[in-house]
Amino acid sequence: MKEDAALAAHAHTVKRYRGLMDWLTTVDHKKIGILYLIAGGLFFLVGGLEAILIRIQLIKPMNNFVGADTFNQLITMHGTTMIFLAAMPMLFALMNAVIPLQIGARDVAFPFLNSLGFWTFFAGGVLLNISWFAGDIPDAGWTSYVPLAGPTYAGGHGVDYYLMGLQIAGIGTLLGGINFMATIINMRAPGMSFMRMPMFTWAIFITSALIVFAFPVLTVGLVALTFDRLFQANFFETGNGGNTVLWEHVFWVFGHPEVYILILPAFGVISEVISAFSRKRLFGYSSMVFATVLIAFLGFMVWAHHMFTTGLGPVANGLFSIATMLIAVPTGVKIFNWLFTLWGGSISFTSASLFAIGFIPTFVMGGVTGVMLAVAPADFQYHDTYFVVAHFHYVIVGGLIFGIFSGLHYWWPKMFGRILNEKLGKATFWTFFIGFHLTFFIQHFLGLIGMPRRVWTYLPGQGFDTMNAVSTVGAFLMGIGTIIFIINVIVSAANKKPVANDPWEDGRSLEWSIPSPPPEYNFKQLPLVRSYDAWWNEKQKGNAEMPPAEPVGPIHMPSPSILPLIMSIGLFAAALGFMYHHTIIGIVGIVITFACMFTRSVFDDHGFHIEPEEQEKGVHA
Amino acid sequence: MSAHDHHLDGHLPHEPEKATLEGRNKILGFWLFLGAETVLFGTLFAAFIALRHQTLDGPTADHLFELPMVFAATMILLVSSLASVFAVQALHQHKVKPMIVWLIVTILLGLGFLGLEIYEFNTYVSEGHKFRTSAFSSSFYTLVGFHGAHVAFGVLWIGLLIAQIFKKGLTVVTAPKIYVSAIYWHFIDVVWVFIFTVVYLMGKVG
Amino acid sequence: MMNRWRVLKRLLPLMAGMALLLSACGREDLSTLSPKGPVAQKQFDLMTLSISIMALVVVVVFAICIYVLIRFRRRKGDNTIPKQVEGNHTLEIIWTVIPIILLLILGVPTINTVFGLSKDYSKDPEAVQVTVTSHQYWWEFEYPEYGIKTAQELVVPTGRKIQFKLASGDVTHAFWIPSIGGKIDTNPGLGTTNKLYLEFPNEGVFRGKCAELCGPSHALMDFKAKAVSQESFDRWVAAIKAPVAMPADETVKAAFESKCLSCHAIGETNAGSAAPNLTGIGSRQTVGGILYNDTTPVEENLKDWIAHAQSIKPGNQMPDVSTNVSYGPGKGTTATGLTQEELDGIAKYLASQKLEY
Repeated sequence: MKEDAALAAHAHTVKRYRGLMDWLTTVDHKKIGILYLIAGGLFFLVGGLEAILIRIQLIKPMNNFVGADTFNQLITMHGTTMIFLAAMPMLFALMNAVIPLQIGARDVAFPFLNSLGFWTFFAGGVLLNISWFAGDIPDAGWTSYVPLAGPTYAGGHGVDYYLMGLQIAGIGTLLGGINFMATIINMRAPGMSFMRMPMFTWAIFITSALIVFAFPVLTVGLVALTFDRLFQANFFETGNGGNTVLWEHVFWVFGHPEVYILILPAFGVISEVISAFSRKRLFGYSSMVFATVLIAFLGFMVWAHHMFTTGLGPVANGLFSIATMLIAVPTGVKIFNWLFTLWGGSISFTSASLFAIGFIPTFVMGGVTGVMLAVAPADFQYHDTYFVVAHFHYVIVGGLIFGIFSGLHYWWPKMFGRILNEKLGKATFWTFFIGFHLTFFIQHFLGLIGMPRRVWTYLPGQGFDTMNAVSTVGAFLMGIGTIIFIINVIVSAANKKPVANDPWEDGRSLEWSIPSPPPEYNFKQLPLVRSYDAWWNEKQKGNAEMPPAEPVGPIHMPSPSILPLIMSIGLFAAALGFMYHHTIIGIVGIVITFACMFTRSVFDDHGFHIEPEEQEKGVHA
Repeated sequence: MSAHDHHLDGHLPHEPEKATLEGRNKILGFWLFLGAETVLFGTLFAAFIALRHQTLDGPTADHLFELPMVFAATMILLVSSLASVFAVQALHQHKVKPMIVWLIVTILLGLGFLGLEIYEFNTYVSEGHKFRTSAFSSSFYTLVGFHGAHVAFGVLWIGLLIAQIFKKGLTVVTAPKIYVSAIYWHFIDVVWVFIFTVVYLMGKVG
Repeated sequence: MMNRWRVLKRLLPLMAGMALLLSACGREDLSTLSPKGPVAQKQFDLMTLSISIMALVVVVVFAICIYVLIRFRRRKGDNTIPKQVEGNHTLEIIWTVIPIILLLILGVPTINTVFGLSKDYSKDPEAVQVTVTSHQYWWEFEYPEYGIKTAQELVVPTGRKIQFKLASGDVTHAFWIPSIGGKIDTNPGLGTTNKLYLEFPNEGVFRGKCAELCGPSHALMDFKAKAVSQESFDRWVAAIKAPVAMPADETVKAAFESKCLSCHAIGETNAGSAAPNLTGIGSRQTVGGILYNDTTPVEENLKDWIAHAQSIKPGNQMPDVSTNVSYGPGKGTTATGLTQEELDGIAKYLASQKLEY
């Protein structure tokens, strides 16, 4: 055919890498998802170790396991690492692994930017953790309030590592948000209207919108504090007219949507897993979509509930109280829809579904303490105590982390072509679940009886001793649960038995219609979607495959590129250079970054084609 | 697929920037990026508004700002935006030479704007309004400076794109880049209108 | 059965927790669960209201959850596909409307209390005005109506509104006396002074805490609120304003004046200083906020503090006998280098600074 000849004439010899270079240059969402999982998992272990050290210090009163300085560094790094370097990347891992498959696409809208997003996150994460080796560690909390984090009270470079690390990592997150929004808007398979998308896709779509609108606020905050610290600006220097409460506003206008960025994807996972393992379609799909949109929208209106005790006045406190309570309504809608998905279903208890089922009561407990916190006058007692620590761990760990564990067990066969061992998975669940409740339930009471948070130690005889000891034991159990999961990963990697396309047999969405793991191009032919739960419905009709929306033909793929890695190294160098006032290194770093952008703009990526013959052989990513 | 289209039948589709999936993705992605940029500038504005009266011993906004010059800068930027509109019109008419001319006009006017701004900042510094002087000055230079940096980046970017058009011609690959750079240019123009109002006009009124 | 055991395993940690709840109401002078004043009481009432409503929600959700898991678990060998249900309009309305009603029940008292507890008694002649300034790591209390400045121990009369104006001398802290009422932040900078009122119906000593991360010794920034009768308060005011004599011994006096009064104030001497006021320090509950004078004699505590302040409260702005200040604006302030004789003398002198009220 004329087209074929023309295309053959333009066949580009593109370097296809193997081994390490493959992973360093990949723009394939499936590989990038795995990279996010490995990096996020490693940072999760780092954050977890920091948590264990914190709990050891707090096991008894007036303990001296670590000094006061080190303790403040541990709590700062634990929070920052867990939120930005562990939880979000592991969510990005699931997003990358699953979304293009669920919408019937071959990759995301911007594969190059996807890779850039990963490498900037990784560079930012490494930069933040280098502080441990530089001996100059941020110690003003993950919220980095001023003036404690300002130049006068945080001399040294600790907070600079925090600012630069988050700034660079934040670039990656923002790029990811834009990428997934564009992907979901523009690249759904033919027939997949918005209201036929899986709930996980909806959740990621809305989360991506939150990222796009929340992260730039943090960017400005970080820039302002960086300017105060490095260039003697006066945003927060009260002696020169600056305002410390301004930092709190800027941080929390970002910070509150951030926690919804964390939890909405987990909600998406729960919807998928509960539906699959009860063999029922999601109850109240349209309400679920609407509720998720409402939660995201309201999430931008409630930030000052973190600031009730700042002195905003009764009108502000009253408004933000009510707005915060309102979020309970759509959240409750979701809980009940999950319960009624289970109702009348055929419920199977696998590792994936145990985590999803365990999520429900745990998250509800976290949510109700959230409503309690929303009552501003009561919050004057709860604020900055262990009651808050208990609340947010209930929703973040009991919500998000359970959701991640659930999603990992569920989609592991799709990502890796291996199934995680069920016995070990259940052991993971029970140890982690019991350990979690043991650690954090008791912390509610610690807060109520007067224990503030972020305290390096506590005096004896206040009634705090036993409860703290119990909490520490729970933390160790959670550590054991995590180790069991890692053992599971290693053990099941060795089991090379091929995994079916649809290993749970009850798959409802498109990712289960293709091999595990999928070929490099995902779909040999983009599928034609005829309903919600498209794959499941085709199975009910007796079809073994999705109907195709296009003929077999050569598939165009984007080229791999080393530029994202180099750009991230440039940013990393620039950050260190400016932090330590080595302007030359700073400028060199910036130049490297811009040179990469220049190269990317000037040298167009023509990609390469995978021909039908290769597709027959099964080209694996 | 996409990159090879233009070879097949010799001439460009009607809206070349939207003729391919990559082009449509780039345009959508860029609008989303501008959404993020809007929030970014919004936060800078919020910080500025919160701190604008904290002048300490330094000169106040009323004292510093010379409206005629700022008005001139505004006009220059607005006209440059008009030039980029004409450039995109030429793009849609597949007229490469006029498109390049209008793009050159755009960046020349952008350079003019930057020149005026550098002169303006220099004057302020000599009047005692330095970056470190007060909370007002820090937030002023950060907000207006960030905008200026965006203009500078736009000038470099459009300059680079002009060079690419010379080398590769107007294709379904280069068209989205021009289109997107024009949207970017309009955006920084809109931001300037807000700066003119919130920083300069409100500064004079107090 | 297998699944009932699963369910019980899940409930066990929760029930254990509840049991601990009953045993841990905490210290009477510290816990928010034992309110000792009307402000804490109102806040406690809201806490009880909210937890009752939320407990109801939790019970309903848990009940449905447990029922569903038991009733609809997949039996062995059962491969049927259950009926696919799209949704139920009535149910959606029920579980939207009922939560809204519950929120109304919670919201109205909330708003009432928000405004009720934000009343300003600054102009009320019946109220006692106290200015609070927080520092790394001590609390300064000024009574402008009486011209008194003191530190670490807030003495107040019972039965009157105490109107606080709060600000910080360095970083952001938060002022909190849990059994008396909720906390409020202390911000640095002009125009950021906060207001809070509290009431102490009964006499007693109540524990106060700092509740905003403020540096290494945030955990050790305790203070005390001592509520006494009006007569006792009047005697305290008179006692604290009485002139204070310098140490009798010349060596001790010289050391005290040069090494201590360069920052501290006592009586009329050096009255505008930036370190804790030492008047009456001998009769306070603690030295340095955390060395209790009921378990160790105040003189011993004073010796310990003056000798080892830097290790007792890391990062604090007072140098001790052998260590300079290593952190913050006071970084580099040199160690006092007091001899044992001077140290003992100063400790004895300060221990004798007792107020009779």
